[in-house]
Amino acid sequence: MEPQETNTVEHRSGVATYIVEAVIAAGILIMGLVVIFGSRALGSGWTSDGPGAGYFPFYIGIILCISGAGTLYQALFGKTKNTEVFVDGEQIKRVLSVFIPACVYVLAVQFIGLYVASAIYIALFMIILGKFSPIKSVITSLVVVVLFFFMFEVWFKVPLFKGQFDPLHFLGY
Amino acid sequence: MEEINALFHGFSVILTPMNMLLMFVGIILGVLIGVLPGLGGANGVAILLPLTFTMSPTSAIIMLSCIYWGALFGGAITSILFNIPGEPWSVATTFDGYPMAQNGRAGEALTAAFTSSFIGAFVAVVMITFMAPLVAKFALKFGPPEYFAVYLLTFCSFVGMGKGSPFKILASMAIGFALAAVGMDTVTGQLRLTFGISELMRGFDFLIAVIGLFGIGEILLSMEEGLAFNGKSAKIDPKVVLETWKKLPKYWMTSLRSSLVGIWMGITPGGATPASFMSYGLAKKMSPTGAKFGTGEIEGVIAPETAAHAAGTSALLPMLALGIPGSPTAAVLLGGLLIWGLQPGPLLFVEQKDFVWGLIASMYLGNLVGLIVVLSTVPLFASILRIPFSIIAPIIVVICAIGAYTVHNAMLDIWFMLLFGAVGYLFKKLDYPLAPLVLALVLGDKAEDSFRQAMLVSQGEVSILWSNPLVGGISSLAMILLLWPLISRVLNKIRPPKAKEFAVEQPVD
Repeated sequence: MEPQETNTVEHRSGVATYIVEAVIAAGILIMGLVVIFGSRALGSGWTSDGPGAGYFPFYIGIILCISGAGTLYQALFGKTKNTEVFVDGEQIKRVLSVFIPACVYVLAVQFIGLYVASAIYIALFMIILGKFSPIKSVITSLVVVVLFFFMFEVWFKVPLFKGQFDPLHFLGY
Repeated sequence: MEEINALFHGFSVILTPMNMLLMFVGIILGVLIGVLPGLGGANGVAILLPLTFTMSPTSAIIMLSCIYWGALFGGAITSILFNIPGEPWSVATTFDGYPMAQNGRAGEALTAAFTSSFIGAFVAVVMITFMAPLVAKFALKFGPPEYFAVYLLTFCSFVGMGKGSPFKILASMAIGFALAAVGMDTVTGQLRLTFGISELMRGFDFLIAVIGLFGIGEILLSMEEGLAFNGKSAKIDPKVVLETWKKLPKYWMTSLRSSLVGIWMGITPGGATPASFMSYGLAKKMSPTGAKFGTGEIEGVIAPETAAHAAGTSALLPMLALGIPGSPTAAVLLGGLLIWGLQPGPLLFVEQKDFVWGLIASMYLGNLVGLIVVLSTVPLFASILRIPFSIIAPIIVVICAIGAYTVHNAMLDIWFMLLFGAVGYLFKKLDYPLAPLVLALVLGDKAEDSFRQAMLVSQGEVSILWSNPLVGGISSLAMILLLWPLISRVLNKIRPPKAKEFAVEQPVD
């Protein structure tokens, strides 16, 4: 997590911004087409009792297509093509080092519940990415999770997802 | 003087020990949210919304709006002490706030920032007190075509007043509308665009979108920059506060101008961020010491802070009076109203007097409490930023996940939150504005309903949007704003514009 600007500024390599821009614009165009065909199927015309269910989304789909096509055109054939690097290797590594564990965490929540997964996630994140000592990490994560437990289950009475693994079930939580 | 009476009634509603306690809790949570990177006004309120489901609507809105005030205050702390804007609207505060802190005038900068925040909010609340009932009374005459015209105006003004590519603003807006259409159709009861996935029947909740786009997206962005906090420490003692307060009246003109800029940008959905930049630019142009801006001028702190807070506060006016929020955070509060069983819009002023005036009274009191709380607790909040990011990041992800889950008690929502997070990161990097997406997602169903009702009345003729002077005026204004990017291009051809003196990159809100 230390800033390493000194050696990355010189040789930034990666995908150019206009390519990412074009890909996203194409995605918006496709989304627009999906919406148009979806609302055509629902009936985007005038039914016996007024506008059909697809009436409004149909036009939204058209706006999506227009804006997607416009952005796509600007990205690929515009006067000022943005050829700057979108993210360099170092940056994408840092971003993914947060995003991938977050995905794994959500997957874990699905099976072992929010509390247990959160405790493990915070502790592992601190140990692996933050280079904290295991004892410190485990204590921190436990304190946080216990605090959340009291805040949600006890004080505000909002039950959270516990999955298959529910050690406090016998207490009624 | 009807408003004054109503206001005093409002004060009598909120001055109960429980409500005062909630106010303090809200402010402190809000400042905390404002200080932490990745948690902001909009997603902070969204995450804490489920906690209020069991409260009475008045107590709930007091707590939530106080979280919002707290977040507005909190953003200034990080910009001045750490040169890291905790919120997008405090970016302009870093220009002069951080140099002041480097010169050892952190206390002065903070006091100036907080006090001007308070002044901006105060002017805006006074405006709301007298304007909102009038607007609501006027809006009682609105029918479906008028409502649709106002929605149209809201969204077209994003295109007309936004920075950056109009295509991107349109795209972001249309994505919001498309996502809002998913699920059960409110009129015919048909399932729309679910593609056979029964979990999608519920549709996409905008709270999930807010938490993902602003929360996870922000974390990913700050990770990319590789955060290392090097903060200045601050001590605020009563002497510094009093000395700064003595200096402030000299800048009354800046405060007044910034408040007006903020109010204007808040009512029209310009938002707090452009307001703060605009006001900083104006102050720089008009101040006698304008050339020294950027080196630690106190006026350069006053201007953006006043405008940001005034904009943030006045964004609640259209939300209360018309049911159309002026900012993502106001949109979240509006979502809250719906959940507590209140119908936002002009009828609120007739049917829910306690609620409306309780909220307005709490704006006065909340900002005063906020000012006192932040002035007395700055060192505490500054120390939070010294906690390493590798502890804060996972905790914020956990908080976001909990917030996303509690909206509908649905696991799938947490996955959507992650997806929105990735989208938010990409969109922020590519300069797609996020506010239109969120507002379209909130207002999608209502805009569609009023559109369909209007079309039913006219049997499919779009000309109903110009059927009388009122609706015609609003629609024409909307069309002008929608086509503004083209119009301004034509105008530039005819008459070349003056070179811009203030060329600071304005981020899209």
